[in-house]
Formats: sequence, structure tokens, C-alpha cells
Amino acid sequence: MATQTAATRRSTPSFRPPVAATAAVLVGALGLLGVLWQAFEAGFGNEGNVPVFILVTLNGLTLAGLYFISASGLTLIFGLLRVTNLAHGALFLLGGYVALTLVQDSGMSWAVAALVAMVATGGVGLVMHQLFLRWNQGQDLRQALITIAVSLILADQMLAYFGATPTAIVPPEFLAQPLPLGVYDLSYPTFRIAILVAAIVVGLLFWLVYQRTRVGMVVRAGVDDTQMTSALGVNVQLVFAGAFFVGSALAGLGGVFAGTSLSLAPGVDQSFLVSALVVVIVGGMGSLGGAALGALLLGLVDQYSSAYLPAEYANLSALLTFVLLAVILAVRPTGLFGKAS
Amino acid sequence: MTPPATPAPTSTRPHALARAWTLGTRATLALVLVVVALVPVLFSTFFTSQVGLTSLWLGIAAVSLTFLSGHGGMVSLAQTALFGIAGLTVAKLSAEAGWDPWAAALAGILAATAVGLLFGAVASGSQGIYFLIITLAFAQVTYFYFAAVPTFGAHEGINGIRPPDLIGDPVQHPARMYYFLLAVSLLVFLGLRYVSRTAFGLALQGVRDDPVRMAALGYSVRLHRTLGFTLAAPVAGAAGVLSAWSNTRMSAGSISLGVAILVLTAAVIGGLNRLEGAWVGALLYTLCDTYLRGWTDRFTTWLGVVFLVIVLVSPGGVVGMLGSVGAWIRRRLPGETPAPMVPEASALPLPVSSKGAV
Repeated sequence: MATQTAATRRSTPSFRPPVAATAAVLVGALGLLGVLWQAFEAGFGNEGNVPVFILVTLNGLTLAGLYFISASGLTLIFGLLRVTNLAHGALFLLGGYVALTLVQDSGMSWAVAALVAMVATGGVGLVMHQLFLRWNQGQDLRQALITIAVSLILADQMLAYFGATPTAIVPPEFLAQPLPLGVYDLSYPTFRIAILVAAIVVGLLFWLVYQRTRVGMVVRAGVDDTQMTSALGVNVQLVFAGAFFVGSALAGLGGVFAGTSLSLAPGVDQSFLVSALVVVIVGGMGSLGGAALGALLLGLVDQYSSAYLPAEYANLSALLTFVLLAVILAVRPTGLFGKAS
Repeated sequence: MTPPATPAPTSTRPHALARAWTLGTRATLALVLVVVALVPVLFSTFFTSQVGLTSLWLGIAAVSLTFLSGHGGMVSLAQTALFGIAGLTVAKLSAEAGWDPWAAALAGILAATAVGLLFGAVASGSQGIYFLIITLAFAQVTYFYFAAVPTFGAHEGINGIRPPDLIGDPVQHPARMYYFLLAVSLLVFLGLRYVSRTAFGLALQGVRDDPVRMAALGYSVRLHRTLGFTLAAPVAGAAGVLSAWSNTRMSAGSISLGVAILVLTAAVIGGLNRLEGAWVGALLYTLCDTYLRGWTDRFTTWLGVVFLVIVLVSPGGVVGMLGSVGAWIRRRLPGETPAPMVPEASALPLPVSSKGAV
């Protein structure tokens, strides 16, 4: 996992000034200063830029919530099984489409549809794991290629069944009205706030299960040393299967949220897969806290850069997230919270 | 099962059947090469330009990945980025700035090599799946850059790219372009094969198999990876130039994530262990792309199924599969001394599992 081999690392014990890290922090601070300057230079009145700043920040936070929900599944699977599930984006889109069909055609309530979508994507992920990945345990590149093949098939089948027209899921009624924020006469889509809440709930649940339950204990032990855990009498394959189910179901849940607040279309799977990968790598693969921080960074950088970059550079905002990734990897090759095994 | 190993040289006269088999396979190979050499004569203009040109430049793009993966253990998704950098530079310089096509091609390939050095230097610190994902990020950065910057035509791209006069019009008369592509393919193949047999190439394969041991032996793992990546960059760049010339157009869409995965698919189908697999995979892909699309609407599904089956059944791809079938038949021929068994690669040439020592 480490980027340098153990031997090279040992051969260079001399102290290196953290030039890259300092530069990265300075660039980040400058960027933030630039954003804050644009937001507050015109004062705090109604005519100033503060209302826009609040909305952009909320956009960034809710986007971060969306990223976190899908990235948490990816990081769970990677942390435990060492499988980079490149079909995560396809499962994400599948979840959205399943919920869309249930809400639109069967008139099911949003929450039930979301639950069914989660079970469906979890099931597809589980089948993929049992059929193709389980017996290739440890061959991580081969597994990555397998998941790429599965995602090709899934994406094309979804194109066949759901078409190429972007569609959105109707949000549940009690979340459909905009929520007044109480400042500057602003209101914000309630559903997006709900995404943020859901992300926090998912994070808290994860943390509770990890730290407070026996299952979490087994999972943590499995992350650290699968073979030893197995030797102690834990049915590791069962834990793996469960992790794959939950991780894939979270991808589906992310897809339902994204399909409701944004829209579903072919290509969304790839863009969300790439975002989730960036989040997970920035945070450090396998680390839940890292995923949260990575999602926050990615969501805010994305929204701030598209809102506050000078107009002639605004179309480069998509680039910035990858610059963020490259900078962080250059400074910390295993991500912010990644640890070398 | 096999009798106690007899030293191979004892049987100086193999059985007639074995001889016939050897001759047969060689004759088939020679026939295939002759057919490949005579494609513009034997087949229609449509086939030459649609299947011939496409599979050759796609093969060159794929072989840069096959080389990295097979000899360096680096499965890269950034090859299409380098491909696009060279192709769009050529497009910009020759179609819009009025450069000589050869000079533009050289500039494009140099640009791709320079960027390849940069990508390689950053990514060489990572291995296996991390490497795959970092190069995926590079591919996306390049794609978004070209999609956003109007200098390179953004999404519309640049049209009306002319190849050098020597090659002529690739659309109406693809024969010359075909032979040019064939010559470049051959050069690339021989060049990469030569590199893999030099001291550097052997060290690179050592780094692929056991970076820790190579580091302990005093080799710089990072340097070898970086140089290996840089070496594959002009190959990917040349493919970009040739693609721009063959299609007379290039846009950001030519290097999207879908295309990066397509190149990976072609390389995997052909076989990541052998350089020639890249062209085999590219040819198979192009044939399916040209003819299956009329037959099924769900072309990508079938492509995915083939990809999946190949990865599951034969990690050595089609070329590896042919090799094992050939070896299987040979072993069952009467009188054949069992060839010294080379242990079959059971998996893709992955560098180290992430659970390894590093």
C-alpha cells in the first residue's frame, strides 16, 4: 500500500523539510482567503455577497453529503476486502433507477422505494462478489478489471432499460417544499438538507457499529488482519459478504439521493465513481473519517471554484478537484488518513 | 502423470505429427502475416479504412499499456490522455497553425513524452490499484482540460487534419496510410521488444515482480517505473497522432473515460502478457465494433461479457489462450518430448498484492 517500498523508505532516514506540504497548505489557505474576500468584501448587508456565499456553502455541504454516502460504501469494501469496486458507480446509478421506477410506475412511497433500491443494489453487489470476486481474493488488479467489466455490462443494460433522457425522482412530499433559513430571506431545498442529515446519520451509524458492536469489532479485526481473524474462528467469508452487501447498498442509497436532488442519466455512474474514488483516495482508502474529510474537501472545492473562480477560468473548476487529488497524493501518497499496511 | 523428465535434447527427431503441427502453426502465422500485409489489396476500401486503420492505431495505443502492464506491472488508464495530448497538439499545429505535418507530429509526440514524464514521476510512487486510480485521475484531468479549453476546440474538437503528402488522403485512399501504420506498428513492436531485453527492461521486470528485492539490490524502483512510463508515452503519443491523421479529426471526446476503458478492454482481450496481444485485441474489438453493432443494439453489453469471460478464464487474453491450447495439443501429440514446462502465469502480471510487504 505504501507508495515507497519499505526498503527505499528505510534508506532515506534523513530529515526532509515538508516543502510540498507547506506549499499545499499555503495554496489551500490562499484559495480560501480568495473565496472569503469575495464573499465578505461588500459587507454583510442584503446587497452584499453573503447570501450567495451561504447558498454556495450549503451546495458544497450537501454535495459532500452525497459524496460521503457513496464513498463510505467504497471505502468499507476496500478497507475490508482490498477490492476496489469500480462497479460502484454503476450500482449507484442502478439504485437511482430502481427507486425511480418504483416511485414513478408503481406509486411506491419514496422511503420504501429507497429501501428496496438499497436491497436491490446490495443484492447485485453481493452476487457479483460471490460469483466473480470471491475466488480471486488477493488478486486486486484482476478484481478491479472484473468490476470494470461488470460496470460496462450494467451501464449498457441500464441504457437499454431506462433510456438516455435525464430523469429525476420526485422527492417525498414533506421534503418537497423549500426550507426557509431565517437569514437574508433565504430558503433552501429541504431535500438537500435531508441529504446532509442522512450523510451524518450514515456516518454516525457506521461509527457506532464500528466502535460499539461485536460486528464492528470483527470488521475492524478483519481490516487489520484477515487471516488472524479467520484463525480465531470468525467466519470471514460471511463478514466479507456482509460488507459487500452493505457497501453496495450504500452506493444504491447514494444513487437514490442523487437521483432525487440532481438527475439520473447515462454517464452519471462514471462521474460519481470518479468522485467517490477521489474522495476515498484523498481521505485514505479504508478510512471512514478520511472519506468524510475527503467528501467535505471535494464538495466545497467543487462548489467554491465554480462560483468564485474568475469567469474566464470558471470552466476549469472540474480540473481543480483533480489538482487537489494530485497535490494531496504528492504530499501524502496514501491519502490524508491512509496508513501503510 | 508425466514420465520422469528426459533431458530434452535426447530426442533429435520429433515425431512426424509433431513436426506437422509445428509446420502447420508456422504456416498459419505466415499466412496471417501475408493477409495483414495485403489487406488493402484483398479487402474493400471500407474494410481497410474502417477495420485496418482503426485496429492499427488502437493497437499502438493498447501496446503502450500492454508494455507498461506486462513489463512494468503498471496498469495505466492515462495512456489515452497522452494519446490525446499528442493528437490534439498535432491537430492544433497542423490544421490551425499551418505547421508541416511531420514537425507537428514530432511536437505532439514530444509533448506527450514530457507530460508522460510528469505523470510517471508522480504516479511511480504508487503501485497496483493505487497506480490504476491515480492514472485514472490523470486521464480525467486531461479530458476536462481539453473539454474546457477553447484553444483545442473544446467538445467540437479540430477538424480537417491533414496527414503528410507522402500518405495522401486517408479517407478516399487508405492504402498508404495503412502501410504507414503497419510500418509504425512493426517499429513499435520491435522497439518495445528490444527495450524489454535490455538491462533496463530486465530491471523493470524485476521491479514488477518484487520491488522490495530490487530496491535491496540497489535499483531505484521509482526511477525505473518513471522511466518505463516515460518510455511508453511516445508510443501512446504516436498512436494519438496516427489516429488524428486516420480520422482527420480529434476532439476531447476521443479521450473520455469511456475510451480509456476501451483501450484497457482491447489490451486485456488481446492479452496483457504479450506485446502482440495489443494488436490482436484491437483487431478483435474493431471487428466487433464494425460488424456486431448492426447485429445487436447491446454491443457494449457483449463487449463487457467478453471482457469478463477473458479476465475470469484466461488472464493471458486471446493470445495467451491460443498459446495454452497450442501447448496442450503439442503435449498430446505422440513422440513429443515434454517441453520444459514454463509455469503458467496464473494471474495477470500484477506487481504485488496490496497485502504484500510494501
